[in-house]
Amino acid sequence: MNHDLRPKSVLRTYPHWFYLPAAIVFGVFFLVPTLAAFYFSMTRWTLFDATYIGFDNYVRFFQDPQLTAGLRNTAIYAVMTSGLKVIISLPLAILLTSRLHLKSLLRGIIFFPVLVSTVAVGITFSVLMQPSQGLINTVLRALSLGAPDWLGNPSLALISVALVDVWKGLGIATVLFISGILSIPNDYFEAARLEGGAWVKFRYVILPLSRNAAFTVILLSFIGGLRTFDLIWTMTRGGPGFASDVLTSVIFKQYQAGFYGLSTAGNVILFILVTIIVYPLMRFFNRRELEEL
Amino acid sequence: MKRLALFVVLLMALSISAVSAQESVSLTYLVDESQNSQDTAQALIDAFVAQNPNISITIESRPGGTEGDNIVKTRLATDDMTDIFFYNSGSLLQALNPAQTLVDLSDQPFIDNIVASFLPTVSQGDAIFGVPTGTGMGGGILYNKRVYEELGLSVPLTWEEFAANNAALLEAGISPVLATFGDTWTAQLFVLADYYNVEQAVPGFADAYTANEAKYVTTPAALAGFQYLQQGFEESWWQPDFATTRFEPGLELLANGEVAHYPMLTFALSTIAENFPDQVNDIGFFAQPGTSAEANGATIWMPAGTYIPQTTTGARLDAALQFLGFIASVEGVDAINAQVVPNGPYLIVGSILPDDVLPAVSDLAAYIDSGMSYPALEFVSPIKGPNLEQLCVAVGTGQMTPEEAAANYDLDVERQAQQLGLPGW
Amino acid sequence: MTTIRKFIAGFWLDAVSLLVISAIFVVPFIFIVLTAAKTGPEAAQFEFSPPSQFLLLENISAVLEFGDRRMFLAMWNSLIITVGSITLIVLLSSAVAFVMQRRKDRMASLASSIILAGLIIPPAVVPTIFLLQEIGLYRTLLGLIMVQVAFTLPFATITLRAFMASIPREIDEAAIIDGASPLQVYFRVILPLLRPAIITVIVVSSVTIYNDFTGPLYFLPGRENVTVQLTMYSYISQFSSQWHLLFANVLVITIPPLIMFMFFQRQIVAGLTSGAIKG
Repeated sequence: MNHDLRPKSVLRTYPHWFYLPAAIVFGVFFLVPTLAAFYFSMTRWTLFDATYIGFDNYVRFFQDPQLTAGLRNTAIYAVMTSGLKVIISLPLAILLTSRLHLKSLLRGIIFFPVLVSTVAVGITFSVLMQPSQGLINTVLRALSLGAPDWLGNPSLALISVALVDVWKGLGIATVLFISGILSIPNDYFEAARLEGGAWVKFRYVILPLSRNAAFTVILLSFIGGLRTFDLIWTMTRGGPGFASDVLTSVIFKQYQAGFYGLSTAGNVILFILVTIIVYPLMRFFNRRELEEL
Repeated sequence: MKRLALFVVLLMALSISAVSAQESVSLTYLVDESQNSQDTAQALIDAFVAQNPNISITIESRPGGTEGDNIVKTRLATDDMTDIFFYNSGSLLQALNPAQTLVDLSDQPFIDNIVASFLPTVSQGDAIFGVPTGTGMGGGILYNKRVYEELGLSVPLTWEEFAANNAALLEAGISPVLATFGDTWTAQLFVLADYYNVEQAVPGFADAYTANEAKYVTTPAALAGFQYLQQGFEESWWQPDFATTRFEPGLELLANGEVAHYPMLTFALSTIAENFPDQVNDIGFFAQPGTSAEANGATIWMPAGTYIPQTTTGARLDAALQFLGFIASVEGVDAINAQVVPNGPYLIVGSILPDDVLPAVSDLAAYIDSGMSYPALEFVSPIKGPNLEQLCVAVGTGQMTPEEAAANYDLDVERQAQQLGLPGW
Repeated sequence: MTTIRKFIAGFWLDAVSLLVISAIFVVPFIFIVLTAAKTGPEAAQFEFSPPSQFLLLENISAVLEFGDRRMFLAMWNSLIITVGSITLIVLLSSAVAFVMQRRKDRMASLASSIILAGLIIPPAVVPTIFLLQEIGLYRTLLGLIMVQVAFTLPFATITLRAFMASIPREIDEAAIIDGASPLQVYFRVILPLLRPAIITVIVVSSVTIYNDFTGPLYFLPGRENVTVQLTMYSYISQFSSQWHLLFANVLVITIPPLIMFMFFQRQIVAGLTSGAIKG
């Protein structure tokens, strides 16, 4: 791979300086602050001046009882959203690649929430999930299914937000599966049709051959879940109490409080955590794809 | 000779600033978006601009609560503050690093118009940074007098009596206490408004706390506030949907008598007066009861202040000082009174409350006049931990014990003290 | 006979799918419109019912007029930020994607590790504010544009690079033989061929950038710099009991993505799938 045997004249068509503009912007506005974060995380920082205090902020952060809850919630949220998106979107994709007349309309309907602002979705669902008057509970009560306090019950708040996240992000997952299914050569379906019915088609054709799509869905929503902030912040602000706090909202609260050094330490912990979890996941899921990167 | 030269220079400087003050100057005034603050600021601006047509002032709104604290902090730290801004006095102001960011007003003539007890809450060392804007407030229990009359209840002087009233209310099918945890800052009142009682039980708590010698978790009187929250949750004092109810919709419940009590600052009164003018006279105020009926008094909040950042200079600084002078005058108070229902006493020398104040405000005034009041902790100590609101919600929703929350809050306080660079931490 | 039965079966499947999917995905949007058209007290009931008086236009104009027509300024700022960022993102990322995919050397693998890191690592907010302030870009539209570009580059590059793989090398080699310079190959040959993927990048990142609210809130404070999401955000507490206005506002800020969606639905969906999954 490192020995490119193509003639120089061809390689010259792909000059390295094409990297330069992107490298400058990305370097200055992303890499520098990210690296600087490692230093500032070891200071007591007021933005005016930074006093070096070693690892105190990290010790602090791990003493903070919120953090353990935040860590646990982050994991629950990421696993739940990515899992549910796969479980729901695969059957949906199969439905929407079948002989449905309305399939393009339905695809569009499912996809639209992806494009809507998180703030708008958060506000709308906070109202829909209102316990005594909200639409969701009105419907549930009519069906005698009970009326949970979606966002107010501490043991339910995080799950409720995760469900809204699934609602908003289902479109991408479904679209990914649809394209996975559409890229399966027709011969396989023919063979499955001869072998048996729909189950064979699902179990031996669609399921194995949309593996790549499933990996992409899981990976994308897992990363999104670990970094999630906007929706939680607009719907519960991590509450009630600390019940739906995730790492990013804990970091954000420290930041709001003016504990800039401490907040940055949290940021660094998040970098490390996300890398530790996602990188092996990437290798595990898609070795070939990684090599190709 | 030298002195004369100095005098001439001074005179010239004065005349230049007088000239520039005649040129038109426009200022931006950062105000939190609560109705009360907005109306107060607008009333002041209208009256001031009418007198000074060469100066125009526009309001810029910001969110309240910790969100707003952060915006103010960041903007000051990055030299990006508006020409003047409205912000809490007391410990929240201390967290702004005022000596490095704000204009010292101590040599301004209008400082003499300010009631002396306000000044420590906007000072660091000898420097004074703000003028009181709006009224002081009481922190305690707002209650619906109509409900009290119907059930034949009387104002409780001890916590036990309060709990007994709540039991009677529950029996009558009325939610005893309004909890609006959807706006987390409102959850703090049982703890913060208990400070009069803490001070009675442990005189000098504030100083010991500031010096890292007294802790919430080890001071039973200070821990009590957290225990009240737990009691409220366990004995079902809160109304339905308490975990997500927000401040303004909550006020409607109180005004309509669907709940009987609201642990709150009297500043809520002006919002009630505006949204429910027919019911605001049903609302009364009593101090948060403690252990002893003899030592029953109210915890007082100082008014917020208006401040000038050091980035405001030249003609804008002159105009800003002029506006602050107006705020700190009886005229300024009259301007506010004409537009906004007062929530408590003003801290301007010579100002008086109108005769027709709301019943809850005269309830509050009775405590102050009889000497049964004490400032809240945040006005007698520079430290307030930023996590208190969430901790209070956690206790009030049964997720944390009072001891856990208090211990956690002590940790939070320690962090804040270190960030402020206080000695002894 | 069988065809008719099939048709009927198909009809039922269609009908049921439409019903269920609409109930879950369309009802919330209808709720937004209904609430935005009600009076204040009626909207506060949170009922899914037609408004007794239809006040949609009145409520929308109240939102637009609010605070010295701040909304118009916000829309203008959002437009500049979005268009500015997108232009840079497309140019910078396609250049990288082009060279990276065609020349798999050490540089390319270094770049792909960095892109991977950029995709998964969340931005460090406070140090970024500090940096912007140091170089004088804090609180400027340009500063926010640069930040948005940096945050979006990894996604854009990876999408374009994947699509690049489907463009046969022979095409650029033919151009080289014709004597085209690198810039000519890139601008005249590659960019036009990347069009479908570029449209995806444009649509997806413009939606992301338009919808972003933490970015503007922290990198772009100040009255004159307000963006659309920021107005929404500050109205959450300002309109806390005026649900009709809050939802009118939600409706207003949802219109641009809706337009985007109506015109580009096919490209978004087609582009997303070709980009995100590689064969």
